Amino acid sequence: MTDGQSTKKEIILKGIPASHGIAIGSAYLFIKDIPIVEERVLAYEDVLPEVERLNRALQKSAKELNKIITFAQQKIGEAKAKILEAQMMVLEDQVLINEIRKRIEKEKKNAEHIVSNEIGKYCSLMLKAQDEYMHERAHEMEDLKNRIIRNLLEERLISKLEGSIIIVAHTLTPADTMILSRNQVLGYATDRGGITSHAALFSRSLKIPAIVGLGDVSRQIVTGDTLILDGYSGTLIIRPTDAHIEEFQKKRERMFKFEKKLEHLKDLPAETKDGRRIELSANIELLDELDYVVVQGSQGVGLYRTESLLLDRDDFPSEEEQYLEYKKFSERIYPHRIIMRTFDVGGDKLSAATAEESNPFLGWRGIRVGLDRPELLMDQLKAMLRASTKKNIAIMFPMITTLAEVRKAKEYVRKAKAELRSQNVKFHEKIPVGVMIEVPSAALVISQIAAEVDFISIGSNDLTQYLLAVDRGNTLVSKLYRELDPSVIITLKHIINGGQKNGIWVGLCGEMAGHPLSVPLLVGLGIDELSVVPAILPEIKKIIRSLDYSEVKEMAMKALNLSTSDEIEKLVFRFFRKHFPDIPINHD
Amino acid sequence: MIECEITIKNRSGLHTRPAAALVKTAAGFKSDFYIYKDGMEINGKSIIGVMTLAAEQGSKLILRFDGPDEEAAAIAVVGLFERGFDEL
Repeated sequence: MTDGQSTKKEIILKGIPASHGIAIGSAYLFIKDIPIVEERVLAYEDVLPEVERLNRALQKSAKELNKIITFAQQKIGEAKAKILEAQMMVLEDQVLINEIRKRIEKEKKNAEHIVSNEIGKYCSLMLKAQDEYMHERAHEMEDLKNRIIRNLLEERLISKLEGSIIIVAHTLTPADTMILSRNQVLGYATDRGGITSHAALFSRSLKIPAIVGLGDVSRQIVTGDTLILDGYSGTLIIRPTDAHIEEFQKKRERMFKFEKKLEHLKDLPAETKDGRRIELSANIELLDELDYVVVQGSQGVGLYRTESLLLDRDDFPSEEEQYLEYKKFSERIYPHRIIMRTFDVGGDKLSAATAEESNPFLGWRGIRVGLDRPELLMDQLKAMLRASTKKNIAIMFPMITTLAEVRKAKEYVRKAKAELRSQNVKFHEKIPVGVMIEVPSAALVISQIAAEVDFISIGSNDLTQYLLAVDRGNTLVSKLYRELDPSVIITLKHIINGGQKNGIWVGLCGEMAGHPLSVPLLVGLGIDELSVVPAILPEIKKIIRSLDYSEVKEMAMKALNLSTSDEIEKLVFRFFRKHFPDIPINHD
Repeated sequence: MIECEITIKNRSGLHTRPAAALVKTAAGFKSDFYIYKDGMEINGKSIIGVMTLAAEQGSKLILRFDGPDEEAAAIAVVGLFERGFDEL
């Protein structure tokens, strides 16, 4: 039983897709030995040689870093290589280096110990900041610290590896990503990290597929395991079956051909062949995602989930804090539009008592919280209004159930405007105000709601769950969650009609908007806007640009007359295969 | 000794490039230069220190200059903040 390869079963893990592409190959577990630092007391005569030893290690480290930076400049361009220069600047920080020298002389301790302690102090301060950027910087400083210590111990970092490999690691720093790419690296897979991390950015620039945030992949594999890494969906398969290998080889070929065709689409509108224009925008949570959004050829942000500001904190950000944040979003995406949704959180964020709601889906969440805690809603509305001077912000309220709620929420918008006016603060007077429709009651009275708002965005995930009374997180019933159920399609059509009768646009920002199979149907139903995750934007644009509006309208009419979800699924599948035999379908 | 309070105006706060510009300017003077924020005291001539401040746009800092050319140092450094590190 020593041969783990043949006896262990296939494992499928899900992570965050960080860089597109599919890699199939053998794993290499990259473990960075964190040098062990001993604390030693130096004899008087050993102090000066110790400082000399430090100087040599610093020189060596500078040489190594210079090499990595030069390599990065050639490979990914000067602008992105600048990310690595922070480490170099710190290495040349005379205040820091003098402090380390002084401490060696004064405390008469070995250089490793002082370097570790002195740089470590800054790392822990950076880790205390509630800011992803600072955390990443802390890891980079940690990396620098270990580099100096390694050079003091005269250990070498093994970065030359044999054969074509998929690197698996707990975390990867930008420098690791860079230096390892000199090998035949097919892909990167890490336990930690997000899509906006520098290592992920480097992988994208190097065009090496990557998945981050896989949890504990580094403990699940051993070097030599065969892996499939799907950087489109974030799926990692350990010790895959032959059938899976074949399937993903085919997908890789299909995607390769497909992406070749997508490149020229970036600056073209999402318009059908017969001239029906769809607004194609992106769903985002973080500021750094905006750059990616624009690169992908989006026309703006259709859903900014502001509750991401509440991550890692127990309180609500002040009006001023929110204003500064929203301003950044507005400026970065300008001249495109950004739709900001007010906090869509459960009541558990406000009081521990509500965390015990037996039915949170039917409980205190979304606009209900906002209307019960107007001081929070007012802070957020004023912050959004103040940030709106570039006139590219729209406000959207989540989980609207009744027209009365819409009126109340709008009343707060008026109040917020009046307060700002009285303080002579500038804002966009005609800021569009819209609602998210995800509750069936609101969908039913859509004509009345549409008469009082500027736009509607359909939250198809929750709408489907509420319509079918299915919690898709519950495995006992999740198979009943069908977004192509006749009830869903009829409701969508009803909402779209209600909007159009009132002369406002209707969009959809649920997962359905990013499902290639559903897109022709949505366009056929008359949707005006689709908002999707940035990674899938080009593909959806390609589909829209290949459609005939008159044809999908006809298909949608047919769908509306079918009586089961099976029939509708079959219809959209047939339509898709007939019209786009060459477009791969990415199932989740 | 000169002490003054400033607000960070540039968009990216004291991220790498502005931090480097700040340290470089301060290093041109003999005077000591310290920055205070939220109870933290850091040497304004140290890049790792300035990076650690995590000073975002809109945050307030107290700057303290002490030495023979403190006035010139204060004018140069405050000017840099005022101009938003020329990246507004």
